[in-house]
Amino acid sequence: MPSPLKCDFCTKSATVHLTQIVNNKVHKVDLCEECAQAKGVTDPNGFSLADLLMKASLNNEPVVASGVRCEQCGFTQADFKKHGRFGCPQCYQTFSGVIEPMLGSMHKGTAHTGKVPLRALNRRSLSERLSKLEGELDEAIKSERYEDAARFRDEILQVKQAFEPKPAGGR
Amino acid sequence: MTIDSLIDTPSELTNSAGSSKCAIVLMTRVRLARNLAGRAFPGWAGADQRADVLAICRDAVSAAPQMKRSVDVGVTDLNELQKQILVERHLISRELSGSKSGSGVVINKDQTFSVMINEEDHLRIQVLRAGFQLKKAWSAINELDTALEERLDYAFSPQLGYLTACPTNLGTGMRASAMMHLPALVISGQMEKVVRAVNQLGMVVRGLFGEGSDASGSIFQISNQTTLGEPEEEIIKRLQSVLQSIIEHELNARQKLLEADSRKLFDKIGRAYGILQNSHVLNSAEAMNLLSLLRLGIDLQIFPETCRPVIDRLFIEAQPGHIQHAVNHDLEAGERDSTRASRLREEFARFPIPTFTTNGNN
Repeated sequence: MPSPLKCDFCTKSATVHLTQIVNNKVHKVDLCEECAQAKGVTDPNGFSLADLLMKASLNNEPVVASGVRCEQCGFTQADFKKHGRFGCPQCYQTFSGVIEPMLGSMHKGTAHTGKVPLRALNRRSLSERLSKLEGELDEAIKSERYEDAARFRDEILQVKQAFEPKPAGGR
Repeated sequence: MTIDSLIDTPSELTNSAGSSKCAIVLMTRVRLARNLAGRAFPGWAGADQRADVLAICRDAVSAAPQMKRSVDVGVTDLNELQKQILVERHLISRELSGSKSGSGVVINKDQTFSVMINEEDHLRIQVLRAGFQLKKAWSAINELDTALEERLDYAFSPQLGYLTACPTNLGTGMRASAMMHLPALVISGQMEKVVRAVNQLGMVVRGLFGEGSDASGSIFQISNQTTLGEPEEEIIKRLQSVLQSIIEHELNARQKLLEADSRKLFDKIGRAYGILQNSHVLNSAEAMNLLSLLRLGIDLQIFPETCRPVIDRLFIEAQPGHIQHAVNHDLEAGERDSTRASRLREEFARFPIPTFTTNGNN
């Protein structure tokens, strides 16, 4: 005989069973009376489905690298469970094993296909290119390859010019 | 510009001269969640980090051409009443109004743009437009976002898009919404069905002031649920078609109510008119419901179209914060209700008399 369903959030037996269809995918959540109240499931005005699904699937995930801390901000997986939000942008990489399986049920797709911040990305790639060229210039001077050095210096100038803010609409 | 002069300036939503009013969609809003690369999100950042982000964002936002002549203010510099008024005008969120130091907002003069800083994300950029103007709202906010990106390095991943504090906003970071007036669907008890259908289409229905608020005045906020996996234009297009079909259902429901028993509907509208002209104690939920009936009356040509801006303005001015602002001091709930009633009596003393004609249905 199957054992009674356990609440997705605590160990009590589940009495509230919720099935919802989002983007043609079926999502099931089992809750005990108390957690159902606490999560607002019984509130007829609706509850935040995405939040609930997110936390539920988070709890069901096998603990992925539980001791991991975000290098950038010190956030841990336990913090994420508690807050349902991340500590910093870097966390998405740190906790990719946790977040990526959740995205499919939370969103329409798992890859971004919308707007891209072209200017910011352009700035970043220019600055990366600049530091690479500067390194190469140093190398060329050290090894007395002066023709190469002159070429790198010209390229650095060009990149620096591209950095200058252009008049509006200049993209 | 100071916050007081901003509050006294007619807003996009309270300006009676506004054109482009729409019978069913009161207003359109699009907001984008953005964060700075390499910095902790506001909820996790320390006080110093929050202050840094606030300073950086304030500079960038005030420099954007769209934000000329704007108000730039820290949340802790606002008093309770000012915050409440900004919430009632949908210019700041309840979350921001309750946040600690290191949060702020920049609002432009006509109150179509507002940028919240250190709310859940570093930036919550919002555009508001009266009426049904999703595409225009998107293109306006897209331009503002691009202008900000000129100065700010956004946290962005090619795979996941704009990185946000909560994964539910990931990707486009965009929440597009419309405030809809749906009295006939409410009267005929069809709202629950509509909410369910809308949910299945990946959209969310909320009350007038967002999550957890009630739908007094039969006003609902409908927005996209998901933010990742589709381009912004696609989300807007889907929302647009969902809204269009809700509009059709509302119009059908009105037609049915009129066909079934127009006297019942006219009675509700006529009584609402009477109460607004003569009541002496009116709480805000009741006021909203009465105003909603008069707005329906305008749609049914019982009152002239020229009255619509008055009602739309009163939807906002009947809120508790605006009532207290009008008399210039804090009021107890009871006093507020009598002040509200007297302000509405004044407004409706000048309101045209209803003309009920059974063939005047549209």
